[in-house]
Amino acid sequence: MNQALLSKIPPKPRRIKFYSTIILVFGIIISSAMFSGFSVIDIISNLRFAFRLIDSMFFPPAWDYADNVIKPLLQTVQMAIVGSFFGAVIAFPVALIAAGNFIKIKWLNQITRIFLNFFRTIPALVLASLFVSIFGLGSFAGILALTIFSFGLISKMTYESIEAIDYGQVEAIISLGGNRFNIFRYAILPQVLPQFISYTLYAFEVNIRAAAVLGYVGAGGIGQYYEIFLSLRRFEFVGIIVMISFGAVLLIDFISSSIRRRLV
Amino acid sequence: MTTLSKPLPKKPKINTIRKTVVFTIVFALIVWGLQGLNYNGIMPSASGTIIGMWNGIIHPDIDYLTNWTVDGLPYAVVETIAIAISGTFVSGILAIPFALLASQNIVGRRTSKIGKFIITMIRTFPELILALIFIGIVGPGAPAGILALGVHSIGMLGKLYSESIESMDIGVKEALQSCGGNNMEVLFRAVIPQVAPEFLSYTLFRFEINVRSAATLGLVGAGGIGASLIFAIRARGWERVAIIVIALIVTVTIIDILSSQIRKKLV
Repeated sequence: MNQALLSKIPPKPRRIKFYSTIILVFGIIISSAMFSGFSVIDIISNLRFAFRLIDSMFFPPAWDYADNVIKPLLQTVQMAIVGSFFGAVIAFPVALIAAGNFIKIKWLNQITRIFLNFFRTIPALVLASLFVSIFGLGSFAGILALTIFSFGLISKMTYESIEAIDYGQVEAIISLGGNRFNIFRYAILPQVLPQFISYTLYAFEVNIRAAAVLGYVGAGGIGQYYEIFLSLRRFEFVGIIVMISFGAVLLIDFISSSIRRRLV
Repeated sequence: MTTLSKPLPKKPKINTIRKTVVFTIVFALIVWGLQGLNYNGIMPSASGTIIGMWNGIIHPDIDYLTNWTVDGLPYAVVETIAIAISGTFVSGILAIPFALLASQNIVGRRTSKIGKFIITMIRTFPELILALIFIGIVGPGAPAGILALGVHSIGMLGKLYSESIESMDIGVKEALQSCGGNNMEVLFRAVIPQVAPEFLSYTLFRFEINVRSAATLGLVGAGGIGASLIFAIRARGWERVAIIVIALIVTVTIIDILSSQIRKKLV
C-alpha cells in the first residue's frame, strides 16, 4: 500500500535552469561591481568623511542664508508648472494619434510611439544642457527641457489609458450616427480626462524634482547654487539649500498626490 | 410613442462655483509660472550651434564608437550599465528591511506609517544631490554613482516591495503556522515564494530607470557616459555629442526591451 503510494509521487523537477540562472545573474552583478571599482572596504574606511560632510552641511543649519534660497526656489516651481502645462498641452493630441483605437492607421500609431519612446530615452538634464547651448543660461532652456520631458511621459501614459477605455461607449455613439468629433467629445474625453489630469500632476511632481537639479547645467532654478557652493566648498550653504528644497518637494508631493487620489 | 416623448431627465447638476474656483486657481498658477520664464532671446551664436548640431547628427564621430580603449564610447556604455546593475543590486537588498518596516501586516499600523514616511523621504531626495554628497565621500567615479543609485532607489523599491508584501495571501502563512511551522519556515515557505516574482519584476523595472539615471549621474562626475557627454557639449563637439546620444538611445531601448520581456515572463 505504502509502496504503491510512494511510486506515484513524481520525481522532483530538475532545477538546473533555476540554479544556472542564479549563477549567471550573480556573475553579472559581481563582474559589474568589479568593473566599476566598487569596494565595500573603501566605503567603510571613508565613512568618517561622510560624517564630517554631513556635520558641515547640517550642523548647525545656516538659517541666515535661507532668505536667499526662497527666490530661486519659487523660480524652480514656476519652471515646473510651465513645463508640465506645455508638456500636457502637446501630449494630448499626440496621445490621440498614438492610440490604436481612435485613429486606426497602424503605421501612424507605430511611428508616433517610436517617436515618443525616442524622447523618453533622453534624460532631462541632457536636454537642458543642449538647450542651454542654444538659448543661453537661464530658465528658458530649463522650461523647454521640462516641456519635452513631460510631453514624453504624459503622452505615453495617456495613450495607454485611451487604449484601455470602455469601447462600448464609442460603439454606442457610432450606432447613433455620431462622427469622429462626437466620439472624442462624448466617449473618449470623459473617460480619459481624470487620468490625464492625474498624469499631468504626476509629471509636475517629477518636474519639481528635475527642476531642482537642472540649474546644475545652467538651466535656471535652485540647482545653479549647488555648483557654485560645492566648488567653493561652502557646505553649510549647500546644506540649507538641500533642506529647504527638500521640504518644498515633500509639501508639493503631498498636495499633488492627495489631489490625484481624489481624481481617479 | 408616448413613452418616447417623455421629457428627458434633467441634466446632472455640475458644481459651477467649485469648477470656476479650480479653473481660476490653475489659471493663476500658470500665469504666475510664466513670469518666471525669462526669455533672453536666442544666443547670437545659436544659428551656428544649430548648424553644428545638424552636422553632428549627419556625421557622428564613428572613431569614438570604435575606440575600444578606456577613453572610448564602448567602455563608457559598459561602465554606465555596470553602475546601474550594481546600484540596483545594492538597493534591491537595502530596500527589503525598509519594505518590511513599512508593511502593515508585518509590523502593525503605527510602525508601518513611520516606515512609509521614511521611504517617501528617501524617494523625494534628489539622486543628483546624493551623488554630489557621495562624491564628497568616496571621490569622483563610478562607486559614488553606485551608492547614489543604491540609496535613492530604496525609495521606489521599498514602496513597491511593501505593497506586494501587504497584498500577499495570508492563508499560506496561517496554514504553515497551524501545522506548527516556526517563523523561519513561514518566511522561507510562505512569504518569499509569494513575493519573489514581484520583487524581481520591480527590481528589473527599477534597473531600466537606473540605466537612464546612471547616464545622467556622469554629468556631476559620478562615472558613466554622462561625463563624456557633458565634456562634448561644453566643447561643442557635436559629432561626439551625436554619437553619445545615439548610443544612449540604443542602449536604453535594448535594455528596456530585454527587461520588459523578462518581466512579462516573471509575473
